[in-house]
Amino acid sequence: MKRVVITGAGTINALGHSTAATLEAMREGRCGIGPLEFRDVDRLAIKIGGQVRDFEAEGRFNRQQMALYDRFTQFTLFAAEEAIRQSGLEFIGELAAKSGVVLGTAGGGVSTWDDNYRSVYEDGKNRVHPFVVPKLMNNAAASHVSMEYNLKGPSYTVSTACASSNHAMAQAFQMVRSGMSPAMITGGSESMLCFGGVKAWEGLRVMSKDACRPFSANRNGMVQGEGAGIFVFEEYEHARARGAEILCEIVGYAMSSDAADIVMPSKQGAARAISGALKDAGVNASEVGYINAHGTGTAANDKTECAAVADVFGPHADSLMMSSTKSMHGHLIGGTGAVELLACIMALRDGVIAPTIGYEEPDPECALDVVPNEAREAKVSVALSNAFAFGGLNAVLALKRV
Amino acid sequence: MSTQDKVIAIIAEQAVLDPSDVTLDSTLDDLGIDSLGLVECIFAIEEEFDITIPFNANEPNESDFDISNVRAIVDGINTLIADKG
Repeated sequence: MKRVVITGAGTINALGHSTAATLEAMREGRCGIGPLEFRDVDRLAIKIGGQVRDFEAEGRFNRQQMALYDRFTQFTLFAAEEAIRQSGLEFIGELAAKSGVVLGTAGGGVSTWDDNYRSVYEDGKNRVHPFVVPKLMNNAAASHVSMEYNLKGPSYTVSTACASSNHAMAQAFQMVRSGMSPAMITGGSESMLCFGGVKAWEGLRVMSKDACRPFSANRNGMVQGEGAGIFVFEEYEHARARGAEILCEIVGYAMSSDAADIVMPSKQGAARAISGALKDAGVNASEVGYINAHGTGTAANDKTECAAVADVFGPHADSLMMSSTKSMHGHLIGGTGAVELLACIMALRDGVIAPTIGYEEPDPECALDVVPNEAREAKVSVALSNAFAFGGLNAVLALKRV
Repeated sequence: MSTQDKVIAIIAEQAVLDPSDVTLDSTLDDLGIDSLGLVECIFAIEEEFDITIPFNANEPNESDFDISNVRAIVDGINTLIADKG
């Protein structure tokens, strides 16, 4: 089996338009959540979110591209450019033939659906733009990345709700580890912050009207975000041979299904994914210093996740740190694991643990060190990233300092 | 049909019970309605009476809307209907 490292990272989200800006915001515990701005927001009960600001797609993409790129594709291409530029890879010949793109998204082109339904139902129009289908399809982003960078290997999109990115990155990792591909572009994106996207979530009655406060006793729900996180996963010797900068190593993963309930999380399912990732990585539980939590800020997730971590780690659960950066960038749904992987890279490479902001009151059911409100310096050699989706589909990644 | 009868019919349908098995003193627990079932009940009640019920599934006992039993739910709905004018 090959070793797999990350040699490029790119993002756009409510905290910043680059990895550096996002990590700086996480270090400072800045909140990217604020009032939503889009058409008909006054008809929503939930009016806050982690919206990407000051992103001028019109200047960046030409008219033909704009006709084909939904906002989730725009975010993906923007983040992919940063990641691939950082990696220094140029995809030609054998490398291009074997390298591909595996991305996660839950909704794909949600605002394209929204705009065009509005057009035919509300405005009574009887004709839509010819590219509505290729614009909204879930694999649009992966396809455009493949076309932009000449990636001719295995490419597809994974859709497992809030675990989409983690499932996608687990797949990409597996392809590089097995020797199938020397490099893979992976991660995920989401852009559901439009009237229909937020209205659908509102129906579940699990959204907070004021803030995302994971693990805090007074938490009252999740807050949506949007954006993308894209990475270059590369075979270790391939990266070393060309002198590439290595951000960290991916050492294992596990996926599990609760097979229980369509929305309520299961402690056993989460625990099996966490312990499975440790086993796959060949690391001891005591080596884990940081966990980037799924930490949605709902009553159900946070207590279930803490119970699962306590079960897997035993007494060591009290000495590791676990934070939820969703408190800052919101829940990016299918893109969330990708943006959250940045916090793991920061922990391993920079020795800085991103905080859980908005933390106000301890909850006895979440009695772990959640790094409340302020970032912390700590040397960490192994980190985990959790994702537990609606539908009971879980994926956990294990990463290591190089 | 009175407000009370309509609410009981909605709750009974969710609980897959006959309306005669739902009393004013029944709690949602008694009726076997879980959190997802409760969210569906609230949606159906809002649609029936054209009201908005302040309910967050993360803090079901902390909202102004009392769901401790069927009587409390009916009273809460009557208040919301009256407030609507």
